Amino acid sequence: MAEKKQWMPRWFYQLASPRWSYEIMGKLLPWFAVTALVLLVSGIVWALAFAPQDYQQGNSFRIIYIHVPSAILAQSCYMMMAVAGAIGLIWKMKVADMVAKSCAPIGATMAILALATGAIWGKPTWGSWWVWDARLTSMLILLFLYLGVIALNSAIESEATAAQATAVLSLVGLVNIPIIKYSVEWWNTLHQPATFTLTERPAMPAEMWVPLLIMVIGFYCFFAVSLMMRTRNEIVHRERRARWVRELIEKQ
Amino acid sequence: MSFDSFSEFIAMGGHGFYVWLSYAIALVLIVINLVSPVMRRKKLFAELVRRFRRESRNP
Repeated sequence: MAEKKQWMPRWFYQLASPRWSYEIMGKLLPWFAVTALVLLVSGIVWALAFAPQDYQQGNSFRIIYIHVPSAILAQSCYMMMAVAGAIGLIWKMKVADMVAKSCAPIGATMAILALATGAIWGKPTWGSWWVWDARLTSMLILLFLYLGVIALNSAIESEATAAQATAVLSLVGLVNIPIIKYSVEWWNTLHQPATFTLTERPAMPAEMWVPLLIMVIGFYCFFAVSLMMRTRNEIVHRERRARWVRELIEKQ
Repeated sequence: MSFDSFSEFIAMGGHGFYVWLSYAIALVLIVINLVSPVMRRKKLFAELVRRFRRESRNP
């Protein structure tokens, strides 16, 4: 019989090995941790002390440096969770299931952060903590999707079944992502449109958007750190009967 | 620097409460997301050490 065609790059198949994934993540972790620390600290100092204030909103505008990165990350994290879940469903890849499971709590806290900072920003800007607006409501649904995924995953005893069920739920919930994105265009809203788009230059001056970009990348690096730590824990827990885990523990 | 003094920096032009509350929540949530996997790892490893010791004592 002919050799089975490999459709994906080599590292994709290596990721299927829990041990290989555990080790590569261990090597990547310190780099992402240092990058995240440098970017977040410099981004926050720049955002709070050096970025100019907004001519309309004054200093409350500085909340954008938390609000936008957390909102972007909450959505990216959801997409990652759904894609990892799909990979787990299609290729029966255990590591993908573990990644998907590890995404949920991080994404949930980022959705909470985006909603909370949005509410805090809304008070001085719109005069209200909350409005039932399309953008805010779809973001709240995103949070509920995360909570649903976490609840479903912990409600099912069998790890394989839990992973399948949550993968299906997160794939169904994926329709919410374009709704969040286009909510500011489809419906009348108080919410301002996106700050960053791929095709146009940001409407704000560079000294305002450069720190924002730094914060967004810093948040992504922080996400990578937290995700890899959680996934490594998950790998050790689920592979606890494997010989390499035993050797790893005994080396400690 | 967009502030002339430290007290102006804290006041944030009257929006200090909103700005600092946002950054405080962000800090807390980021720290939670980093500390909780570290704690989980410690617990998990301690648990496995105990289990493997028990198994090697009575195989």
